[in-house]
Amino acid sequence: MNEPVRPLPRADEFDTREFWEGTKQREFRYQQCNHCDEVVFYPRRHCTGCTEGELVWKVSAGKGTVYTFSVVRQSYHPFFRSRVPYAVAWIDLEEGPRILSNIVGVDDPLSEVSIGMAVQVEWEEHENVNIPLFKPIED
Amino acid sequence: MTQKRDAAIVGIHEYPSRDVEGEVSPLQIKAESAARALEDAGLNWSDVDGIYDAGEGGGMGGLTIAEYFGLHPSVIDTTSVGGSSYEFHAAHAKRDIAAGKCRVALLTYGSTAHSNARAIGVGGRGGASMHPAENMDAFAGMTLIANYAMVAHRHMHNYGTTSEQLAEISIATRLHAMRNPEAVKAMEDLEFLDIRETTIEDVVNSRMIADPLHLLECCMISDGGGAVVIAAPEIARDCRKSPVWILGSGEATKYPTRGGDITSSAATQSGPQAYGEAGVTAAEMDIAMIYDSFSITVLTLLEDLGFCRKGEGGGWAQGGRLRFDRPSDGPALNTDGGGLSSNHPGMRGIFLLIEAARQLRGESCSQVVDAKLAVAHGNGGMLGSRHSAGTIILGRD
Repeated sequence: MNEPVRPLPRADEFDTREFWEGTKQREFRYQQCNHCDEVVFYPRRHCTGCTEGELVWKVSAGKGTVYTFSVVRQSYHPFFRSRVPYAVAWIDLEEGPRILSNIVGVDDPLSEVSIGMAVQVEWEEHENVNIPLFKPIED
Repeated sequence: MTQKRDAAIVGIHEYPSRDVEGEVSPLQIKAESAARALEDAGLNWSDVDGIYDAGEGGGMGGLTIAEYFGLHPSVIDTTSVGGSSYEFHAAHAKRDIAAGKCRVALLTYGSTAHSNARAIGVGGRGGASMHPAENMDAFAGMTLIANYAMVAHRHMHNYGTTSEQLAEISIATRLHAMRNPEAVKAMEDLEFLDIRETTIEDVVNSRMIADPLHLLECCMISDGGGAVVIAAPEIARDCRKSPVWILGSGEATKYPTRGGDITSSAATQSGPQAYGEAGVTAAEMDIAMIYDSFSITVLTLLEDLGFCRKGEGGGWAQGGRLRFDRPSDGPALNTDGGGLSSNHPGMRGIFLLIEAARQLRGESCSQVVDAKLAVAHGNGGMLGSRHSAGTIILGRD
């Protein structure tokens, strides 16, 4: 039997396909308006801050902090069931985007993950996409 | 300020079974509940000229539900915003009745989530869809419970809230459930291990599902449904039961934003709208029917609805303040037993209206003496990310 796999994003979703395309080069892309400077994330085609601007793609350094998290103890999804306990977190990147991801690179998420902790993107490789996970770093 | 009495709840029904053993469909639950609610009001199918439907029965929702009921309504509203759909429906029914677009509005809900064995809370949230937000989130394996747990974690971080304080929500609703024979039957049918009043220790010692939320802080997954009939004043005056007036309403949504505060919800927007329209304040509420998907949902919403200041909900709820028999201390919470201990088929917003109406009629199993005002607040979607808020203020003559 095949190993269960993480649910992967669709490459053909209109608003987010550029983001996922960027992950192939290990780029964490986000958008900013060239008129009102609004940072837009999740990706969209239109600026949510004004009606005049165009969104420009930028690349984040991939550094941020844990805004909040939970350690999942029970999941019925085949892949995640094999991963419990694992940490799900909202990460605030330095450039502004807030992204939902996992905290990896810790032996025990129950004791080693905390709110406000500094993290850095760590790419999980797949065939046609890389997934942005986050690992703790020194402040 | 004079309160406008444009529309009233005149008929209610809560489908009694929480486990239909796969023998009844959601549509059948909706139709039977509708008939019983119309009977409760002393009305008939032919009186209904407005249908409000969240589409959970399948088909094309608004296109097919009128045919199923055999009606020819002049208003069809298919607002579908998850568990708070029914508070939105009540608000829209009041608005449409006041505008003369219809006179008798029918709201129905039916679900066989338990029979279908849907793992609502701990399902993977796997499988990305073509919605861009979900295409960004699905890889992370955030269960529904983890979504709410992240709100609880940040609430604890910001304000020092404890699991013992959150447990107050669970034990108050269980106390009320034990007084409600249908809730007790529900817990039996769903094979709860321990059907009794609970203590704070019971809750904090129950199994951790997603830190920091324990099993007894999570709602059940049941079958069920119900119906609510809302009518214009001239009809309401002649109905079988005394009218429960819709005095105010508010609607809002909230979603993740740069630097946004996850510990406050869309209720901060819908609550003031509803209180303002009704000309009342939180302090006047006898009854608080608050969507209890999880303990943290209630604590967050009570703060956002103005019962105490943001961050102070933990201390405020302590000592049994939310019990039905402590009316001088504040509102009685979820006197039917709530989603935690009575009925949660996936979108329990309709039960908030039903139990609030029971209280204002004097029909609750945990009746608050002389209850005059109630707030029903539905939360749809997921509190820790994108969610909807529908607030309804109800009052009696």
